[in-house]
Order: sequence, then structure tokens, then C-alpha cells
Amino acid sequence: MSTHELKTGPLEYRTQEGQMSILGFWIFLGAEVVLFSTLFATYAVLFGRTADAPVPADLFEPGITLVMTFLLLTSSFTCGLAIHQMRAGSLKGLITWLVITLGLGLGFLGFEIYEFIHYAHEGATLQSSSFWSAFFVLAGTHGVHVTLGIGWAVLLIIQLVKRGLTPVTSRKVFVISLYWHFLDVIWIFIFTSVYLIGMVV
Amino acid sequence: MQLDEFFVTGEPLIYGGMVSIVLVTSAIIFLLTYLKRWGWLWREWLTTVDHKKIGIMYILSALAMLFRGGVDALMMRVQLAFPNMNFLNSQHYNEIFTTHGTVMIIFMAMPFLVGLMNIIVPLQIGARDFAFPFVNAVSFWSFFFGAMLFNISFVIGGSPDAGWTSYTPLAGAALSPGPGQNFYLMGLQLAGIGTLATGINLMVTILKMRAPGMKMFDMPIFTWSTLVTSFIIIFAFPILTVALALLTIDRIFGSQFFTLTGEGMPMMWANLFWMWGHPEVYIVILPAFGIFSEIIATFARKQLFGYKAMVWSMILIAGLSFLVWVHHFFTMGAGALVNSVFSVSTMLIAVPTGVKIFNWLATLYKSRIQMTTAMMWSLAFIPSFVIGGVTGVMLGMAAADYQFHNSYFLIAHFHYVLIAGTVFACFAGLVYWYPKMFGHKLNERIGKHSFWWFLIGFHVCFFPQYFVGLDGMPRRVFAILPEWMPLNVISTVGAFGMGVGFVIFVYNIYYSYRYSKREEKGDAWDGRTLEWATPTPVPFYNFATLPEINGRDAFLSMKKNNETTFDEERLEPIHMPSNTGQPIIMMAILAFASFALVFEWIGLAVIGLIGTLIMMGIRSFDYDDGYHVEVDEIKKIERSARGL
Ligand code: HEM
Ligand SMILES: [Cu+2]
Repeated sequence: MSTHELKTGPLEYRTQEGQMSILGFWIFLGAEVVLFSTLFATYAVLFGRTADAPVPADLFEPGITLVMTFLLLTSSFTCGLAIHQMRAGSLKGLITWLVITLGLGLGFLGFEIYEFIHYAHEGATLQSSSFWSAFFVLAGTHGVHVTLGIGWAVLLIIQLVKRGLTPVTSRKVFVISLYWHFLDVIWIFIFTSVYLIGMVV
Repeated sequence: MQLDEFFVTGEPLIYGGMVSIVLVTSAIIFLLTYLKRWGWLWREWLTTVDHKKIGIMYILSALAMLFRGGVDALMMRVQLAFPNMNFLNSQHYNEIFTTHGTVMIIFMAMPFLVGLMNIIVPLQIGARDFAFPFVNAVSFWSFFFGAMLFNISFVIGGSPDAGWTSYTPLAGAALSPGPGQNFYLMGLQLAGIGTLATGINLMVTILKMRAPGMKMFDMPIFTWSTLVTSFIIIFAFPILTVALALLTIDRIFGSQFFTLTGEGMPMMWANLFWMWGHPEVYIVILPAFGIFSEIIATFARKQLFGYKAMVWSMILIAGLSFLVWVHHFFTMGAGALVNSVFSVSTMLIAVPTGVKIFNWLATLYKSRIQMTTAMMWSLAFIPSFVIGGVTGVMLGMAAADYQFHNSYFLIAHFHYVLIAGTVFACFAGLVYWYPKMFGHKLNERIGKHSFWWFLIGFHVCFFPQYFVGLDGMPRRVFAILPEWMPLNVISTVGAFGMGVGFVIFVYNIYYSYRYSKREEKGDAWDGRTLEWATPTPVPFYNFATLPEINGRDAFLSMKKNNETTFDEERLEPIHMPSNTGQPIIMMAILAFASFALVFEWIGLAVIGLIGTLIMMGIRSFDYDDGYHVEVDEIKKIERSARGL
């Protein structure tokens, strides 16, 4: 627990606490990869077990999932811009891009909720078959992650407004940016292996 | 809900349990009030973020859990020695073997080892605390409340009864309605969060906070075993998290993962469970290997033989441990090809394990062994564990496993590895590091009594089980055939022998607290590694200063060069984290949410979850970054501790 602070390099890496938190978060993301892999594996094993419920090809639509993908991918890009602004030392730029990122994330969530309700109306719910259980839990776990990420980012924006850019706040923002990109990567896998495959099989 | 649905009724043994819970709780409350110790308890323990104190709380809780699991075990043994006495009925027997297994693995073995890691690993690498002391406290409280939640099930709501493996469809909502199985799911989930966080915490600590100059291959072997274990935890525990969550959603929200309806797939559970479960058995054995390595090197007074081979074999074991899970259900229809592949991978694990055994033997070879209690536990481990390992390889032969599977042969196998491995290591480690933790040794004479009772009791209890298993006695039965009687009676006698050993062990803690000579120096056993360089009691900041480390057995060379961890010239203010009540409050609220979910009170559970999120928000806004210990104070503390 050293108190030494480096004078150069990105703000978030200047203290040992900062470096350790970021490493710890990378390792946490490793654990998250295992968590989602397990859910993907479950989904793959239960694929096609729809019982009396509709099959995915009847429900999955390219339009809405493409829009969702577009929203989330863009939000990952704007999140990168936010970090770029942070590195350049612009608090205002950082907050602006973060807010835009969150807006896109909220849009994604809105579509996801709409989609789930729509499926439920068509007779595909968590309870209807093991395939649909796996689908809702996999996509839902991703959705819950996005929701938590939004709530967390809001707290960080308040802290940024109150405290400005310090080694601590920039570390926190950097960590959440890692989280956000990670969710984007997971979504790409969901989009391809769940939606695209589900549409054609 | 009626009160008599909430509390378990109609079973005299359980009424006894209730009464003793009430009595013990009131006694504790009374004592704390009478001695005016509430403030002390809160300030010194419940809000601490000091790794040494958290470690002690882990170990105390683990000992309590060992007692609970041990009582379960003795009740099962009594039932099997006198099957006609109707001591336990079938339902009660099912509940007890379930809680016994779960408590022992999740709430005894792991926390005991994590407790030792907590105390020792930062000291061995010359660190002042964990990388994330706050998270460490959160981990402890999540384990603690998880354990409480699980343990309370036998008086409130009813215990789970589907075995520690909780196989579906039996454990699903259709065949096991009611809160019992939910206690299992929520208790493990709650404790699992803490375990994962500890894994990450230890990994960052070891990677980032080593003393200046200490390279990876200079680290003490126990630290290495901890690092490898953290790796397994990080990659195995999320699988358990998912498995538990899916079964919870099945049971409470009606999904169809493991059900017999809706094209669910009960075998999925077995796969997910053992993809975590087999790595889990290595999570509890690798640290044990580390502990024995330290003790054997210390009391053989030699450098550990084949240090690098030891490290690489652990890494190999960790990798292989993810590739063998199917050996737990060879008989469940995987087919010849799959069984063969997993049979081979299973037997492969015996190779690095064998390497370790030979390294220990080579360390002992031609050495002057000091027969301390800790060393005796370690020496007894080697042959006992070999029996467990060899029978494991027998089980690994898929074709033969059709005979052994789910018989007492299997029971004997895993008790030989888990008791002779993990439990012996916990005892050995506690005895060995006790002077570092409490400032006095455990009495050696009483310690040896407890050792012999436990060791002989262990073999008398479990060796016969190999044979009664080969005779066809299945596991998890409460009534037995007459021809199995004699060996079962012998087993029960042995079990009580182990019980006596445990009681003597605990008595020794009391006796030594009263009568043992207090340690004056920190180096109780003429040790080799850095933890022995600190004075006793260890100052809360651990190390005032550290010399540049080069090479293994750092403290040995420090002693040679007359160096200490107190170099007055180089003193600097030390930065320390502040105590905080947030971890215990946060986890108490989460425990409340879990309890509500056990009874499927969704509204209350949601409130609890929101409360937990609010606590996390509060934490996010908390910018308390600790305080500094000034040079003068360090001088004062070190001088008085070192008698200068
Ligand atoms: C040489 C190393 C080992 C081999 C080859 C091995 C092999 C096996 C096999 C094949 C089984 C399944 C048998 C059956 O269900 O029919 C098994 C069960 C088990 N083993 Fe091992 N094992 C080894 C080491 C260990 C260690 C080190 C531990 C723990 C510290 C352990 C703990 C267990 C447990 C807990 C079970 C049974 C769980 C249950 O069904 O309730 N094993 N072992
Ligand atoms: Cu196994």
C-alpha cells in the first residue's frame, strides 16, 4: 500500500491502488467470461428443446436485433471516445460522451424489454420450455449486466461532477469502460450464436 | 404461513438443537453485555479489515462448522451401528448426510484454508494487507452469513435432503417442494460470492504486492499453492454460480432447465455441478499440499526438495482438474468413448500428485526430523493420502467403477483424501502458525494425544469402509444388511475416536491459552520464510521495513545477514485502511434477501436486494482512503515488541 504517486502516464495507473484495482477488474472479467460461457453452453445443449412453445425461427426478427446491435456497438464506440477525452484531460468531454453512451445503453434495454414482452405474448416465456428458459436467462443476464452498468455509471458521473478528474475517479471510469466493452463483446456472441443461428435453424 | 410450518416440529433431536441454539445465543449476549464487550466486539472484530483478524474469524467459524458437521457424522454413525434402534428415520438421515457433506466442504474445509491463507500469505510475501482489504471483509461476511443461512435450516423450514450433490430431478421443485433445497441454493450462492472475491483478491495480492526483489519462483510454496488455488477458484466458481442460479430459477420461477417437463435436462445439473465440483476438490487439496510442504521443510531442517517440480505439478494438477469431471458419473450413460477419455485424464492426475509425494519423501530423506505435532500430522498425511489416491485411480477405471460407484468404497476414497489431506493440513497448519497468530504455542503433549486419537480413529473408521463397499453396501442408506454389521460397528468406534481427538484439540486451545509460555521472539520454530520475520504479536501493519529479497527462504538469509524487519534508518509513515461497518451491514442485508428468497417471499427479497444495491452505492461514494501511522509510533511499537 504505497503512497507513492507517479507523475506521468495515464492518471488511473499512477497509484499502486489504481493499478491493482484495474488488474483485479481484469481478473473479474475473466470470471465473467466463465459465467457467460457456462450460460452459452447451457443454451447450446438445450437448443431446439422448445416443447409445445414456438420455435425461435418463428419469433426472432432481424430488424429489431440489428437495431439493438447497432445501439450497443455504437455505445461501445462512444465509451471509447469518453476515455479518449478523459486521457486528454477534458472533464466536460468525458461526461458528455458518457451520457451519450448511457443513452444508447438505455435504448438497447428498451428494445430488449419490448422484445421479451413480445415473445411472451407469442407464447414463449421462461416457463414454456427448457430452450426458452435458456434463452431468457442468457439474454436476461446480459440485460441485467447492462442495467447495473447504467446505474453504476450514473453514480460515477455524479462523482465526476463533484470531484473532477483525480486518480481515483479516472480509475473508476476506466474500470467501467472495460465493463462496458466486455458487455459489447458478449452481445456480439449473443447476436451471432443466438439470434442469427436461431433465425436460420 | 403458520408458525408450525416455519419452525420444524415433532422431532426430539431438533427440539434439543433449538434449545441449545437459544441457550448458547443468550449466553453470548449475556456475557457480552455483562463484560461490557459490545463496543470492543464491534470496533476490533466486526468492522475490521485487517487480514490477520479476518483470518482468525474464518478459522473460528470453520472450527464451529467442523463441530456441526462432526455431530452430523456421529449421528449417522450411531444410526448405522444400531440400525434397529430407530435413532434417525429415513427422512432425518437424508437431511443429515446432506448437511454433513455440504457443511464440511463448503463451510469447513474451504473457510479453514482461506483463513490460513488470509493470515499467512501477506506475511509470507512481505505485504501489509490484501490488495483489497474492504473486499476481504465483504468476502468473510458473505461466507459467514451463507453458513448461518444454511445451518439454520434444520430448525427453520427444514433441511435440504437431496445430498450435497443435489442431483436433479430429485432436487427440483416437483420432487423436493418447500424451503429445504432453497436453503442449499441460497446458502451456497451467498458464500460463493465471497469465495470468488477472495480468489481475485489473493491473486492480485500475490501478483502485485510481493516484497521488493521477490520473484515468482522465490515465493514460499504455500503462497504458490494459494496462487494456483485462486486460479481454480476464479475459473470454477462462476460455473457453480450459474448452476445454483439456474436451479433456483427452476424452483422459484418455474423455468425448465433440469425438470422432467418442458424438455428439461436433469443430466445438465450433474455436468455443471461436477465441472465445478471436481476443481473444487483440488481447491481444498492444493493449499493442503502447500501447508505440508512448509511444515516438512521446516522440521526436516532442509530446503524443500524439487521446489520447481512442486510448483509445476500444482499448475498441471490445476489444469487437469478441469478435464475429469465425467468420472463422477461414468455409470450414467455417457458411452464407452467418453468414459475412456475421462478415465485416462483422471488417471493422469495421479502423475503430478505422485511427483509431489516423492518430493516430500526426498525432502525427508537423510534429514534430522523434529517430531513436533505439526510434523506428525504431516508425516501421517503421506501414507494415508497415498491410500486415498490409489483407490482414486481404481475408481478412475470406468469399467471397474460400475462396481465401486456409489458404494462405501467411494465414501472411503474421498474421506481418505479429504481428511488425511485437507483436515490434517488444517490441523497441522493451525498448530504450526498458532504462535504467529496468538503469541503462544499449543501444548505439544496434549497436541500429540489429540493427533493419535484422531489418526487411529480415522483409519479405524474409514479403512473398513473400503471392504464393506466392495461387499456391496451402497452409500446414503439408513438401514443395512446383517452381513455388513461388524464392519459398520468398527467404523462407528473409529468415528468416536476422531471425535475424542477433536475434543482434545479444542481443549488444547483452552489449556494453552491459560498455561503456555508466551513467545518472546517472532520466530517460534526457527523458520525459513518471511512470516517468521515479524515480531509476535504481529503489528497491525505487519512490516516496518523490508530488506531487498533475493532467493528462496528469505528469512533464512535475513538471519544469516543479521537483518530484521525493523531498520530504523528506513522508516517511513505507513498507509493503512480504516475499519468500516459497511461489509457486515451490506452482507447482512443480502443475507436477509436470501432468507426471504428461501421462503419465496419475493417482495421482501426485492427489498433486500435494493438495500444491498444502496449499500454498494454508499460504498462507491465513500472516499475514506485510510490513515497514516507515523514514524514515532512505528518505533514505539517495534521497540516494545522486540524488547529493545
Ligand atoms: C489421484 C487422484 C484422484 C483420483 C484418480 C480420484 C478419482 C475419483 C473418482 C473416479 C471418483 C468418482 C467415483 C464414483 O463416484 O464412483 C472420485 C470421487 C470423489 N473424489 Fe476423488 N480422486 C482423486 C483425488 C481426490 C482428491 C485429492 C479429493 C479431495 C481432496 C477427492 C475427492 C473426491 C470426492 C469428494 C468424491 C466423491 C463425491 C461424491 O460423489 O459425493 N478425490 N474420485
Ligand atoms: Cu472428481
